[in-house]
Amino acid sequence: MQNLLLTASTLLLLCSFGYTLFRLGSGRLRPGRTNLAALVAAFLLLSGDLWLRGKVQHSCPINSLFDVVIFMAWSTTLIYLVVGSAYRLSLLGAFTTPLVLLLLLAAEWAPLDRSPSIRALRDPWIEFHASLSLIAYGAFALAGLAGMMYLIQDRQLKKRKGGMLLYNLPPITDLGIANIRLIWLGLALLSIAFGAGFVSGMQVNTIKFWTSAAIWLAYALLIVLRQVHTLAPRRTATLSLAALGFILLTLPAIQHLSTPK
Amino acid sequence: MTILCAGINHREAALEIREKFAIGNHELVETLNSLRGIEGLSGAVIVSTCNRVELYASSINPAQVLQSIRRFFTTRTSGLEAPFFTEDSLPSVRHLFRVASGLDSMVVGETEILGQLKQAYSAAADNGATNAHLNKLFQHAFRVAKHVRTETGITRGATSVGSVAVDLAGKIFGDLGGRKVMILGAGETSERVARSLVSRGVRTVIVANRTFDRAAALADQIGGLAVHFDHWHTAFDEVDILICSTAAPHPIVTRQKLESILRRHSERPLFIIDLAVPRDVDPAVGNLENVYLYDIDSIEEIARQSMSIRQAEIARCEALIEAHVADFMHWMRNHPTSSR
Repeated sequence: MQNLLLTASTLLLLCSFGYTLFRLGSGRLRPGRTNLAALVAAFLLLSGDLWLRGKVQHSCPINSLFDVVIFMAWSTTLIYLVVGSAYRLSLLGAFTTPLVLLLLLAAEWAPLDRSPSIRALRDPWIEFHASLSLIAYGAFALAGLAGMMYLIQDRQLKKRKGGMLLYNLPPITDLGIANIRLIWLGLALLSIAFGAGFVSGMQVNTIKFWTSAAIWLAYALLIVLRQVHTLAPRRTATLSLAALGFILLTLPAIQHLSTPK
Repeated sequence: MTILCAGINHREAALEIREKFAIGNHELVETLNSLRGIEGLSGAVIVSTCNRVELYASSINPAQVLQSIRRFFTTRTSGLEAPFFTEDSLPSVRHLFRVASGLDSMVVGETEILGQLKQAYSAAADNGATNAHLNKLFQHAFRVAKHVRTETGITRGATSVGSVAVDLAGKIFGDLGGRKVMILGAGETSERVARSLVSRGVRTVIVANRTFDRAAALADQIGGLAVHFDHWHTAFDEVDILICSTAAPHPIVTRQKLESILRRHSERPLFIIDLAVPRDVDPAVGNLENVYLYDIDSIEEIARQSMSIRQAEIARCEALIEAHVADFMHWMRNHPTSSR
C-alpha cells in the first residue's frame, strides 16, 4: 500500500511536470492551478504513505535515508502549500514540482538504504528534533527555489528582451522578499529543532554536529548580512540556492551519521 | 430571425469621418428609442467607441431593416453613408466575436473593447432594447473573448512605449503604489510614460528640466514636484523609477555618478527608462547590481516582440472563434423566432 501511494504521487507529479514542459514548449507557460492541484494531491498521498510507514515503524518514519528523502519531499510540499501559496507567487508551484519529483524519484530509484534503523531510545524530543529539522529543510528548499526564480527574473530583466518568462514570473521585489522570509522561517524552525535536540541530551556525532551547525550558521549569517544591507538581494538569492545544494548533498551523510551503530 | 450589423470602424474610415458617426452616452437612450421605432427591428445594441460605431440588430426582415438603418445613419450624419453593412447572421456574428476578442482592434489583442461591449450591451438591455437572440449573442461573445484570452497569447505583452514601461515597472516592483518617479527632461514621451505610471498608483513624481518653467508646468499637470535641473541628484533619494529624455549631447547619468548616489539608496531596485537620443544614461549603468536600464530601442523591441507574438496568435484565435460561431449558428437554427 505504501509503495502504491508513493508511486501514485510520483506519477502525478511527473504528469504535472510533463504538462508544464509541454506548455513551456508550446509557448503557453502561464500561472495555473495544475501544479497546485498536483501538489495538493501529492501531499495527501505522501501523508498517507508516511502515516502507514509510521504505523509499521512505531515512530516518525525518518529512520532510513529512503524515509528521510520522502519526508523531505513531504515537508517541501507542506511548506509550499502553507507558506508558498500565501505569497501568491505565480509559477512557484512549477518550480516546486520538479524538486519534489526529483526527491521522490531518488527515493524510488536510487540505491538508498531502506531498512529502518532501530533507535536505541525512542525519545519524543529526538523524534521532534529530527522531523522539525527536515521541515526546516523544506523551508530552505522553498527559499532556494524562490532564489532561483529571482535569479532567472533578474537575468530576464537585465537581458532587456522581454519574453514569456519575464511576463509570467512574479515581480523581482516580491521574489526577494519571499526568499528572505522563507530563510527566516527555515532558520526559526531549525533553531527550535536544535533546541529540542539539546533538551533530549542525545549523543551527536561530531561531524554531524558541525555540518548541522554550519548550515544553521550559514543561514543566520545570510540573514544578518541582509539585515545590515551588506548583502544585496541577488547575492542572497545565489547563496540560498547554493545552501540548498549543500543541504541536498550532505543529507545522505547526515542521515548516515545519525544511524545508531 | 437574422442578426445584422452595420456601422463604421477604424478599418474603413479615418477619425474625421468616424467622429461624425459617434453616439455619445447622453444621446444613447434617445438613439436606441428611435431605432426601436424601425418596423421589423426586434432588438438593437449600439457600440460607440473611438474606433468604431456599430449597430447590432435582430430582425425577421433584414433587408428592409437594413435600408432603414442606412437611412438612419445618413440622416444623423447629414448625408454620409456608413460603409459597413452585413445583412446575414453568419458574418455579423463572426464580426462581433472578433471585435470582442480584440482581433478587430487597432492594437490587436487590446482588452478595453470587451469592457466597452459590455457597457454597450448593458445600456441596451437596461433600456429594453435587446431580445433573446441579442442577449444570447452578446453573452456568447463575452464567453468567446474570455476563451480566446485564456487559450491564446493574443493579449500577451505590451505594445506601446508607455505600457511596456508600466509592465516592466510591475515586473520589478510589483505594486506601483507608493513608488517615486523622477523625470529628467520634460519631453512628450517621458510625460506620457509618467502619466501611465501615475495611473498605476505611483506616489510622487519629481520633474527636472533645463527650463524650470517647463518642469513646473509639467509637475503641475501631473501633480508632481519640480526641481532645478542642476540639483536633480540631490532629490534622487528614494527614487524608484528614473525617466530620462533630455536633449543633452552626452550622457548625464554616468556609472560613477550613480554609484555614489546609490550608496544612499539601500538595496531597492532602480528602474531607468532612457528615452533620449543620444542616450542620457551611460550603458555601463546597466551593469550595476539592482539597476535595470532600458533605452528606447530595447523598449520598442519589446513592444514589437509583443505585437509579433499577438500576430502569430491570430490564426489560433480565428480557429477558436469559428468553433464558437458554428455553435451560435446552430443555436440560431434551433431558435428561429424570439420575443423582445
